[in-house]
Amino acid sequence: MSILHTVNKSPFDRNSLEACVRLAAKGGSVLLIEDGVYGAMKGTSKSDMVTNAMKDLTFYVLGPDLKARGVDEGKLIDGVKVVDYSGFVNLTVENDKAQAWL
Amino acid sequence: MKFAIQVNEGPYNHEASVSALNFTKAALEAGHEIFRVFFYHDGVNNGTRFTSPPQDDINIANSWSALADKHGLDLVVCVAAAQRRGIVDQGEQERQGKDGNNIAPGFRISGLGQLIEAGIQSERLVVFGD
Repeated sequence: MSILHTVNKSPFDRNSLEACVRLAAKGGSVLLIEDGVYGAMKGTSKSDMVTNAMKDLTFYVLGPDLKARGVDEGKLIDGVKVVDYSGFVNLTVENDKAQAWL
Repeated sequence: MKFAIQVNEGPYNHEASVSALNFTKAALEAGHEIFRVFFYHDGVNNGTRFTSPPQDDINIANSWSALADKHGLDLVVCVAAAQRRGIVDQGEQERQGKDGNNIAPGFRISGLGQLIEAGIQSERLVVFGD
């Protein structure tokens, strides 16, 4: 069973991304939305945590929320996939459950 | 696929209301069914027709109403959360002896059982919040 995890807060604001990567089961997907997109940036104090988690989890980031914050896709950690809202919907369909880390 | 959406955050708070709105639109565009949108906690503030944001700003309550009108969505506001926050429909107005009501078109006030039912009836429950 695979779970789509959504994280909507910056890892510099809350610990929801940290809790998510610590507890999410292998094979799951993590979608960073809203301020959560900052967790997908490379060269930050949280980047290593995400890069390590990518051994077990697939990371996605919501493109429109990146754009709204002026974060260029070139600043993302390698391997993080950008999706739009249609891709978000597809991820909820492809996984068995959606879990929001609020 | 059948979806239920839960919104726990009010409009103009952070971004969850808009995210939920965009997700709902995208799911409908992809041909999925939205069984119900349940507004809980501060999310009930999405259901007032008295919001009047600046003209160049998105009117989130109106957007929900328009989407409900277009697609026949079931927009349900949690009654206990609504009572605390002053979201009132005709029935609540009479029951609580209020001098008016403010529920937006397409919304209805009901109980938490509606969320449970939505979770059971739908194949996916997607939660947006603070």
